[in-house]
Amino acid sequence: MPQLRLTGRGLWITVLIAPPLAFVALFIVYPIVAAFAYAFYDWQGLMRGDFVGLANFHQVLFVEPYASWTRNAFTHNIIVFFALMVLQNGAGFILAYALWRELPGARFHRVAVFLPVVLSTIIVGYLWKLFLHPLFGVVNQSLKAIGLPFLAQPWLGQDSTALWALIFANAWHMVGFPTLVFLAGMQRIPTEILDAVRMETESEWVKITKVVWPLVAPSATVVFVLLFVGAFNWFELPYIMAGLDGSPYGSTDVLGLYFYRTAFGNVSAGQQDFGLGSALAVLIFVFIAAVASVITVRLRAREIQI
Amino acid sequence: MTAAAETYYEKRGLIGTLGRDGLLQIILVANTFIMLAPIVIMVFSAFKTNMEIFQSPFSLPDFTNVANFMKIWTQTNFLRYLANSFVVTGASMVCILTLGTMAAYAIARYEFFGAGFILMFFLAGLTLPLKLAIIPLFMLMRDLGILNNQLSLIAVYTAMGLPTTVFIMTGFIRTLPSELEDAARMDGASEARIMWSIMLPLVRPAMVIAGIQNVVPIWNDFFFPLVFIQNDNLKTLPQGLTTFMGEYTTDWGVLFSGLTLSAAPIIIIYILLSRQFINGMTSGAVK
Repeated sequence: MPQLRLTGRGLWITVLIAPPLAFVALFIVYPIVAAFAYAFYDWQGLMRGDFVGLANFHQVLFVEPYASWTRNAFTHNIIVFFALMVLQNGAGFILAYALWRELPGARFHRVAVFLPVVLSTIIVGYLWKLFLHPLFGVVNQSLKAIGLPFLAQPWLGQDSTALWALIFANAWHMVGFPTLVFLAGMQRIPTEILDAVRMETESEWVKITKVVWPLVAPSATVVFVLLFVGAFNWFELPYIMAGLDGSPYGSTDVLGLYFYRTAFGNVSAGQQDFGLGSALAVLIFVFIAAVASVITVRLRAREIQI
Repeated sequence: MTAAAETYYEKRGLIGTLGRDGLLQIILVANTFIMLAPIVIMVFSAFKTNMEIFQSPFSLPDFTNVANFMKIWTQTNFLRYLANSFVVTGASMVCILTLGTMAAYAIARYEFFGAGFILMFFLAGLTLPLKLAIIPLFMLMRDLGILNNQLSLIAVYTAMGLPTTVFIMTGFIRTLPSELEDAARMDGASEARIMWSIMLPLVRPAMVIAGIQNVVPIWNDFFFPLVFIQNDNLKTLPQGLTTFMGEYTTDWGVLFSGLTLSAAPIIIIYILLSRQFINGMTSGAVK
């Protein structure tokens, strides 16, 4: 292998490689490394103060009221992850299976299911906020129209339903993504295998659980990991639909909102604290990286090479 | 119908197959209704007055009533937001595709010390949630003097788009045959000339995939403008939408027409290019 020399070919390769490398180094790698460093300092506004060791981490994890805020937000992220696992990835698998049969109109259904995915979360958030309005929203109006007026609720205004309303809006927005990833996985199953299965069993249930599901394992790995990372990064939809405080009464507060509020302050509590914010960011980051790696390794292990 | 399918239908019985397919078809139709109805209601409501929206939310509107749209056109900064989104997204895409192709071309076509390491370096950026590094990014933009400046957005979007682009383009460029390249080299063409005139025309399909995968999240992004941009005249569309939704809280017709106008560009392009969109946006997840 020739050495990289700053003449001729070496110079040409450097010209090609250096600018993109510099962008990634400056705007991705440096900020992430710096976020770790920031968490160990005391911050006065935008000024970095003294090195304080683990004090920021200690405060967000064990000192009230931060500790209960952290616990509250974290619990909601867990609920969001598992609920979307069923509502979004589960529905995605069923829809993919239905699309895979290529029944009449399948092409149209495929385009329709992916349409919300291309929309901005901001549009989706406002749209559902208007639809879920207690008096004039389409959801409650529909419930009244079909004779179920007692089901009409202030969906976003009470703490028992607010988080679930957000989860539903998210599932509506993103269900097309796991659907088409699963569909691509199913389309890669060799026809010989499917023909062989048809000879063996008539049961649709056996076919799905014993053949299709194991063979789309690579797709499942991808959508599970992406959902996990997405659920613990959740910010835009709750920000638009529930506000920065996770209203009502913190019932929709999640780590993303809590981190943003701590770092940059909000209207009600103008205090901004880069030290505590960075400590939260590092904790979330390490948690996501650790769990995502474990999930990836565990799920990869069950993938079968066709 | 294939032989296998025929025996299959005989074995199952026509009724069973129809029952199963019927159920799947019902699921698909119901789902498509749930996906499209909100968008249709949004568009209908954009042509209605408050009173019409509250009294008959599902009825067909009078499509000649464009009063709501006129209000947005004349009384808000909407066109400015739209133009800003085009500028930021366009500039980011040019940077991403140029820099991404340069890096991918070098990694894929030349053997040099550290090529594997450099590819790993780019790929590491694929999975990192950059939102969590927003505090250092904010300080960095302040030190560079580009806070409240669209250059900050273009810089972040370019850096975020490079990992996927390098990944997709490297894989594609590696599959290109080297005969053309070798022949040109025999004829004495320079490396730059070979890349520009011979290889680049061949990588366009991969550029489309990489472009679509990046253009949608950038066009839709809200988080980075929220932190970097304060000046109303510099806001992008999703961010401007929050300003605008806050001002017209009681005028639902205007709110719905604002949402409709914001959604229109990407919906229209999606409908025209749905196959490319679906391939592009799932290409990272589908091996």
